[in-house]
Amino acid sequence: MLEKALVGSKRYWTLVFILLGIIGIAFLVYLKQLKEGLGITGMSRDVSWGFYISQFTFLVGVAASAVMIVIPYYLHNYKKFGRIVILGEFLAVSAVTMCMLFIFVDMGQPSRIFNVILHPTPNSILFWDAVVLSGYLLLNILIGWNALQAEYKGTPPPKWTKPLVYISIPWAISIHTVTAFIYQGLPGRHFWLTAIMAARFLASAFSSGPALLLLLALLVRKYTKFDPGREQLQSVAKIVTYAVIVNFFFFLLEVFTAGYSQIPGHLHSFEYLFFGIEGHGKLVPLMWISIFLSLFAIALLVIPPTRRNETTLTVACIAVFASLWIDKGFGLVIGGFVPNPFERVFEYWPTLPETIITLGVWATGFLILTVLYKVVISVRERVGFEESAH
Amino acid sequence: MGMDRREFLRLAGLTCIGIGVGGAQLFVRTKIASSEYAPPEERLTAKRWAMIIDLRKFKTEEDYKRVIEACHKIHNVPNIPDPADEIKWIWTEDFEHSFPEQMNPFIPESVEEKPVLVLCNHCGKAPCVRVCPTKATFKRPDGITAQDYHRCIGCRFCMAACPYGARSFNWRDPRPYIKEENLEYPTRCIGVVEKCTFCVERLAVGKKPICVEKSNGAMLFGDLEDPSSEVRMYLAEHFSIRRKPELGTQPSVFYIIGGEEHA
Amino acid sequence: MYDGGKIIAGIVIFLIFALFPIYSNIGKAYQPPKPKLDTPEIQKMVVKKCVEPKEYMIPEHMKLIVDWRDAALREAKRTYINSRGERYTISLQNTCMKCHSNKKKFCDECHKHAGVKPYCWDCHFVKEEE
Ligand code: HEC
Ligand code: HEC
Ligand code: HEC
Repeated sequence: MLEKALVGSKRYWTLVFILLGIIGIAFLVYLKQLKEGLGITGMSRDVSWGFYISQFTFLVGVAASAVMIVIPYYLHNYKKFGRIVILGEFLAVSAVTMCMLFIFVDMGQPSRIFNVILHPTPNSILFWDAVVLSGYLLLNILIGWNALQAEYKGTPPPKWTKPLVYISIPWAISIHTVTAFIYQGLPGRHFWLTAIMAARFLASAFSSGPALLLLLALLVRKYTKFDPGREQLQSVAKIVTYAVIVNFFFFLLEVFTAGYSQIPGHLHSFEYLFFGIEGHGKLVPLMWISIFLSLFAIALLVIPPTRRNETTLTVACIAVFASLWIDKGFGLVIGGFVPNPFERVFEYWPTLPETIITLGVWATGFLILTVLYKVVISVRERVGFEESAH
Repeated sequence: MGMDRREFLRLAGLTCIGIGVGGAQLFVRTKIASSEYAPPEERLTAKRWAMIIDLRKFKTEEDYKRVIEACHKIHNVPNIPDPADEIKWIWTEDFEHSFPEQMNPFIPESVEEKPVLVLCNHCGKAPCVRVCPTKATFKRPDGITAQDYHRCIGCRFCMAACPYGARSFNWRDPRPYIKEENLEYPTRCIGVVEKCTFCVERLAVGKKPICVEKSNGAMLFGDLEDPSSEVRMYLAEHFSIRRKPELGTQPSVFYIIGGEEHA
Repeated sequence: MYDGGKIIAGIVIFLIFALFPIYSNIGKAYQPPKPKLDTPEIQKMVVKKCVEPKEYMIPEHMKLIVDWRDAALREAKRTYINSRGERYTISLQNTCMKCHSNKKKFCDECHKHAGVKPYCWDCHFVKEEE
């Protein structure tokens, strides 16, 4: 079946080669980083995690969100999602791969990565994160690939994949919970030290992930003969709507706790992110854009006509994705480090090499996604899709 | 394809055996039966090492500098001018920023602006040890939070976990920034985290940490669990504070601040 | 899936070839070059011997120093008592390299031949040779 990825239109190959080009350039920059050290990034003694880790965190959410399609389809027997469930699973595969790459490019001594396995340390959350992420990757590859193969042959998917599907549901929740635990269990980082962190992560994941999936599905419909289905997309839109509202609600809870209690440690990071401290406010415009985009998207999604209209729905999904990308990609990680343990403000901004490497990882993920989706679509263009076959 | 199934399986099997044997070699340690490892006889020992910094006895800038420079020199700590990439084992911060939770607007100016020596606190419950995914940073039985540079993968989780900003990462090659090399001690390389080690290499040869030695009595070092130790007697007689005690990390570094009356 | 199987077989075969140098070496005896021992420290010695017999050092020295390292740093055991009962202070720079101060002619020469490049020297100093 994989050979389906080797025959394609000119448009497909152009995309593949553009992505390969970006990956190639990013790889060269990565070699420079290997040689000169992580000093070529904007990270510092005070903001010791930056873009790489924040992208990782964001993408864990995207990966986990496949469950929002899996649950209705497998648990609630919502057969219509049969058309898109595999798109969700393969999105998860590509997102988890990006997560792992982001962790890898962030390491100071990548050649020692096997130390994590040679000296397993169950008290470290990072150890558990490695475990749940690799497990999740494996689960989604197995489930997605077998389902597609069955479809290709016109048989039902093998029986042994069914338990895997059920396992994958709590597993998806676990990857994002464990990722939140990386942050929320650290004494002295007040911004992260909040019991609602994991819940916030999940809410943000279940809005940004399905929003991305919806955009991808629209692209698939536009450029291929496979139609994910209008009703399906509307159902995803509703999921996005609920999740983005819950996410904003959780954000307001944090703001209330910090603002009303007036405890300096809790207040400072918010102050830095939204107003700037002592003239340092590089992230202020971005954070307000994120808030604005969220509110704007909520408005578009809540009003039924704009949710039903696919043009405004597209705009809303882009807004959700961008808003949450800023929130997690910048605000969450950087906000936790500023001010530093000495209550001093040192700012962070990604450098050019860092940005190129980040783009390279995204391109890798997108390439994987392109290839996997290509296979799916080729199968469906040939066999056609029957909901009953599933 | 010019290979039948059986031949393929055979080759695959051989490869697996090859990888297996190679892997096993990594784990099997051949040891001469009669050789042994022992702690050095002249070493200093304690149940839990602790340090007292009596800030009243740090009078001039020179007092601080002598201590800091001695440490950084013997441990080959580079002097990187860009604060973003700085490596520090022991340095000064003013009182206001070292003890943010102790601040009120009315404490004497002499205290507020007083430089405080800060370093790794060798916490009783060290968050850095808890989060390290490879045990590269670990707790020794004598209470020292040790750092194994050979095992560190450079994930910097420990830096996020440390509430005291005590850890530094080698963002670039440190060697060009080492003015005077101490050839008896290694440097570090790019991509690993480092910090104060309470001079484990000196304790092994019966010496106290270099900062204590160079402090002219302004710093004390001893066993916190021995009621008759110098540090315990001193703590019993003087009011001391620790950094961020509310976090429950149990720092092993104590500060004697003293008010005007002592100055 | 038939073609998929071929692709996977292809990948496995690629791995077999790529890993050839690794498994083909396992179990083969290694013939080292003759390393130079004419350092001032060794010349001073009456009986020229290493911390362990040469027959042990040649194949096992890499494991020995890693054990040294772990004993010293992780267990605070910085004294090595060898099979002859002699005591050595555990240190790469101050013990091994004090005798073998000719790193280029000793360690490096041999390693070049063996195709290994220990990364220890990124951090551990060796006193400059003339
Ligand atoms: C006291 C001085 C001394 C110390 C310390 C010492 N060596 Fe040696 N080493 C020697 C001498 C002398 C020989 C030659 C022994 C012989 O020919 O039997 C030797 C031989 C060797 C050999 C074998 C070389 C060959 O002939 O092929 C190796 C490998 C070696 N040493 C490594 C080390 C390592 C690694 C350390 C530190 C763990 C170390 N040595 C510490 C003196 C020393
Ligand atoms: C007799 C030749 C010889 C001499 C002399 C020698 N080595 Fe080695 N060394 C080797 C060989 C061969 C290997 C590779 C072993 C393997 O891969 O299993 C090796 C491996 C190592 C390794 C592990 C490197 C890795 O990447 O796995 C270290 C560390 C090392 N040597 C240190 C030293 C030091 C330090 C000295 C000098 C004091 C020294 N060796 C002298 C032959 C030698
Ligand atoms: C990241 C830098 C770094 C690298 C790379 C490194 N070391 Fe070390 N090593 C250190 C430091 C720093 C110490 C001293 C720690 C202490 O005494 O607390 C040390 C200590 C040691 C010790 C014990 C005490 C001593 O003084 O020698 C041994 C043995 C040792 N290293 C062996 C090795 C070997 C073998 C390698 C290569 C395989 C290696 N090291 C690579 C930094 C490094």
